[in-house]
Amino acid sequence: MEHISKRFPGVLASDDISISVGEGEVLALVGENGAGKTTLMNILMGLYQQDEGRILINDEEVHFKGPEDAFKAGLGMVHQTYMLVHNMTVTENIALGYKKAWKGIHLDMKKVRDKVVEVSEHYGLAVNPDAYIWQLSVGEQQKVELVKTLCLGARFLILDEPTSALTPQEVDELIVLLHRMTSELSIIFISHKLQEVKALSNKVTILRHGKVVFSGNTDDYSSEEIAAKMTGHEIILPKNNEKNENGETVLSIKDIVVKSDMDTAALDHLSLDIKAGEIVGLAGVSGNGQRELAEVINGLRKCESGSISFFGNEIQNKNAEDIIRHGMGYIPEERNTEGIVPGFSIKENFILKDSTSAPFAHSSIMNGKAIDENAESLIRKFDVRCPGINTAAGSLSGGNIQKVILAREIERKPKFLVAVYPTRGLDMGAVEFIHQKLLEIRKSGVGILLISEELDEIMDLSDRIAVIYKGSIQRVLDKAEATRENLGILMAGVKL
Amino acid sequence: MIDIITNMLSMCIPFSVALLLASTGEMFNQRAGVFNLGCEGVMAMGAFVGMLIPFLAGGGMRVSQWYNVLGFAAAAVLGALFGLFFGVITVTFRAPQGIAGIGLQMFGVGCAGTLFRHFVGGTQSIPGIPDVDIPLLSKIPVIGEIFFSHNAASYLAYIFIPVAWYILFRTPWGLKVRAAGTNPRAADSMGVNVSRTRYESLMVGGALAGLAGAYLSIAQAKMFSDTLISGRGFIAVALVYFGHWNPVKIMGGALLFTFAQTFQTVVQSFGISFPYELAVMLPYVLVIVVLAFTSRNDMSAPTSLGKPFNREIRT
Repeated sequence: MEHISKRFPGVLASDDISISVGEGEVLALVGENGAGKTTLMNILMGLYQQDEGRILINDEEVHFKGPEDAFKAGLGMVHQTYMLVHNMTVTENIALGYKKAWKGIHLDMKKVRDKVVEVSEHYGLAVNPDAYIWQLSVGEQQKVELVKTLCLGARFLILDEPTSALTPQEVDELIVLLHRMTSELSIIFISHKLQEVKALSNKVTILRHGKVVFSGNTDDYSSEEIAAKMTGHEIILPKNNEKNENGETVLSIKDIVVKSDMDTAALDHLSLDIKAGEIVGLAGVSGNGQRELAEVINGLRKCESGSISFFGNEIQNKNAEDIIRHGMGYIPEERNTEGIVPGFSIKENFILKDSTSAPFAHSSIMNGKAIDENAESLIRKFDVRCPGINTAAGSLSGGNIQKVILAREIERKPKFLVAVYPTRGLDMGAVEFIHQKLLEIRKSGVGILLISEELDEIMDLSDRIAVIYKGSIQRVLDKAEATRENLGILMAGVKL
Repeated sequence: MIDIITNMLSMCIPFSVALLLASTGEMFNQRAGVFNLGCEGVMAMGAFVGMLIPFLAGGGMRVSQWYNVLGFAAAAVLGALFGLFFGVITVTFRAPQGIAGIGLQMFGVGCAGTLFRHFVGGTQSIPGIPDVDIPLLSKIPVIGEIFFSHNAASYLAYIFIPVAWYILFRTPWGLKVRAAGTNPRAADSMGVNVSRTRYESLMVGGALAGLAGAYLSIAQAKMFSDTLISGRGFIAVALVYFGHWNPVKIMGGALLFTFAQTFQTVVQSFGISFPYELAVMLPYVLVIVVLAFTSRNDMSAPTSLGKPFNREIRT
């Protein structure tokens, strides 16, 4: 690809980018969220048309009008959000693009199925060809995507953040698989996780704000050097090194019992105290009641028994509005569906919790000027990269959406904050920023309940670490006592 | 008593055909991601044109069956054109489908009524199409009367159900339709032309709605009036949800609804003391109740139903 440029309304997504990949090579395309990696690959696949520049394959210029042309040239892409139709079977999904089995009005499903079986055996990608997509886990769906791409004859694979939704075990498995495939294929693989870049690629190209800032051989550079080039400065994740000067207990949870969506007990007589100015990290394998705990504190789930006392007020089974008025801040787990209203503009999302009070509203009439000013200042303060304050929040990248949520919650000056997986799926630059902000508000005396799956995040930030297992707290450890090993053992349900 | 029940059941098949065709057509629309609330309007136009052709040919007298066939064909073509028109509005210009559909419904019903007054004038009946007794099978007592002595069009409509199932689940076109309505972005990435597929299914759906209307005027009522369709187009839309976008289940829904309707007419005609207003409500209440209890987390649902597709806008 040479000198590719692409403009979207308000942003220059690709700015004079040139990259090249040789046969059997693995190129890692790295960059922060919103750096333009996905856009570039969509251009290569013919899904978008470039404004300038050209694409060469084996020194011949090609023009792809759509993905079909790209398939014919042997290109295949596994998108970040899987391109699978959930109410069709694996075989049907592949048949959709496998034109060799289309015979007039007849569809030769057996031929497709045979091909699926052949490809999955050849590459060691175990998939059940007759399963419906909705029955499969995320990791299995990804294998289907790989099989699909290979069935359609790809000799050149593009993988867009293939590991972002996988569990650590699935990631390891994928890396082994891809390694094996490189003997036959060329791969471009988009990522911001540097261990994977190091483990897989020969070459690395770094994008920032739509421009190539660096290209080189992966082996010549350390992860730290690549990380620094990616963000433009060195990344040092901040740590919580200060002593907590024993504030008063602000949130006191006693013996609460809460039901899950499936009507089973999600929280089983759970108790936990959190003081002002401390971060309590809640460690645990997800699905042990973390979601329910966050929801019951924020008035989004019924508390069957027990009490939650917040600055001396009983808040269990109060509605969310009351609890917010008491000074609770909340960064929810699902940022796209619970954290923002995707169709609302950024400025509207900033005032979701204050839309009826001053300065954003006067006697039921919105104050447009105050709302705009607020949005402009938050965007600058939190470095939200967006075309403008009127852009729909749902069109932003994950990291920027998270910054919008963080800005809203922090600027309301909460007395307490519940943060659920605040950095899930974000790049290093965004993680660093969010960690800094959390430590800042801790310093200002806000208590924080940090729910996370990343042990590093919990150990870096927390004053105390509570381990949750099957809906109750196994044990609360001081920062000094906590090691990866003893946390791991507690998380597995063993009492220490 | 047996006679009453047999009589009631024997009405189910012929009376369900219009619903069956219209909702199968609507199913194709929805499977491709577009719901057409204008179904009622397309049916009205189909009913008018279907009746007009044999009427003009014979002035209400007996005519060659070919004029009825021509009536059906004209209704199908007109319905397909309405589908095409709806596609221009909702697929190309991406207008909100609900509003566009209501517009189409009003246009179709109004237009059919006006044209009817211009070309026909008042209520006029046509001979319609005769019942065909299927040899041997129709001689079986009870069963024969219920299943095997109806008009030819209703047999064809029921034969079409497995055909529709095959088209949807076993042909490349069906695959494209299902993908376009469930995950158009995925379909697009696999080289399916989403807009074209939606247009095609809207035309198929429109043609079926037109046929459904023509069935009402030619085979069932043997006349046309402004109130001939009387909400069947909307019931057809509801039946698609009821039948989980599957032709066989939709057939079950159409039969159930029709049964409720014939049941209430029979109840009334036998003078059982029951307020007739409530009896008339029965089939509609049934639809609402069943829809309310239909499982929401249905994995077969076309999840992009009602959403216009634009490749370069991410949502």
